[in-house]
Amino acid sequence: MTEFYRQYLSVAVLIGAAALMFGAMLGAGRLLRPNRPQPEKFITYEAGSDPVGGWGQSNVRYYVYALLFVMFDVEAVFIFPWAVNLKSLGVYGLIEMAVFIIVLTLGLVYAWRKGVLRWA
Amino acid sequence: MTAIPTLALSIGWGTTLAIKTLIILAIIPLGALILGYVFLLKMMSHMQSRLGPMDPGGFHGWYQLVGDGLKFLQKEDIMPAQSDRRVFAAAPAVVVLSTFLVFLVIPVGPDLVDKSLNVGVFYALAVSSLSVIGVLMAGWASANKYALLGALRAAAQLIAYELPLLLAVVGVVIQAGTLSLQGIVLSQQHGAIFGFGGLGQPFILTQFFGFALFLVAAQAELTQTPFDMPVAESELVAGYMVEYTGFRFLFFFIGEFGTAFGFAAIAATLFLGGWALPGVHGTWADILGPGVLFIKLMAVAFLMFWVRFTYPRLREDQLQALAWKVLIPLGLANILLTGVFKVAF
Repeated sequence: MTEFYRQYLSVAVLIGAAALMFGAMLGAGRLLRPNRPQPEKFITYEAGSDPVGGWGQSNVRYYVYALLFVMFDVEAVFIFPWAVNLKSLGVYGLIEMAVFIIVLTLGLVYAWRKGVLRWA
Repeated sequence: MTAIPTLALSIGWGTTLAIKTLIILAIIPLGALILGYVFLLKMMSHMQSRLGPMDPGGFHGWYQLVGDGLKFLQKEDIMPAQSDRRVFAAAPAVVVLSTFLVFLVIPVGPDLVDKSLNVGVFYALAVSSLSVIGVLMAGWASANKYALLGALRAAAQLIAYELPLLLAVVGVVIQAGTLSLQGIVLSQQHGAIFGFGGLGQPFILTQFFGFALFLVAAQAELTQTPFDMPVAESELVAGYMVEYTGFRFLFFFIGEFGTAFGFAAIAATLFLGGWALPGVHGTWADILGPGVLFIKLMAVAFLMFWVRFTYPRLREDQLQALAWKVLIPLGLANILLTGVFKVAF
């Protein structure tokens, strides 16, 4: 097995060990805690009054933010390899990235001017 | 090189992995407890004149944390009848899991956690944002209006502040020329201030701006005051955590403070030189490294909690405007400036 796979195997092992630990903690909790179910305890909490309806609905106002986020997140994926190799890329790499960032900034400015960055 | 013996013993990688995994499992609840005790209970009590946590037990109320822990142990485990039970049960584990995964790549000495992922800081940022999935799961599965509102606010906030966090780190990556956290520490240790190499060069000197940006974004990622709209207790009664009791609630607590511990450790590694201490090399660096890193991360955590205990909460629209109209443009400007300096010098 190469070093590369070993590194990612350590992530998998950690996930497994963490899952075991959660299981152990919840299991220990089950042994220690009392269990006296009453129907009132399982009512959805609404500050003491009887809940109105069940599953709530909410207006997800920020789908435009989510779109912008995807745009900038992909940008970040491109920026990281560039940042690592900047010394060898030199002035050429710098100008390329400046163009890239300016184009993205134009996108942000457009969204700003369009008024979608207003939480209404 | 000199004949200093190192701790790089030739133990098998399986053993190393087992030891590392166990240490990480132990360090996160411990780190969360330390931050909870030192900052949340003691520092907050002093800063805000809260008498309660200073009272139980003798000196400075040392018994308070033990009492809180025992209280969580004996709470009944309640799932609301309308909730989506499996998702509801899994959500806290997802949140804590993202905290655990961050710690895999933080180096504490020249030979400790050396074989970490070479994409280091990129991996740390990626897994730390997994917690937003757990938060959304918790809010949705609770079948509660407050929880849903809190989770949606949290999602909006976490994705908005993820970007300044990434952009602040890019400046450091440009300077170090590597993504590996160990490599970033070494390049700070071998750096020089105006040609004087005795102290190394912590990146906070050249990336102070990035450091400030990182701290503000980390504060928002941790949903700490002044960015605690998702868990605003006076209007959302703790948001996505409202239906959780006992151990599952404790998981959210460990997740919050463990992540604060992790972000403080990453900030100390990226900007303050990590485990490195001027003039300490070889085996001594391995022995002193964890302590040095701990002191540095506590200094960073002090700053975070100082802000938390001092400022009032921002409004939701102010919060979004700060991320998109101030921090992200500043982060982009920081990257370009750092790039120009890197190429010019």
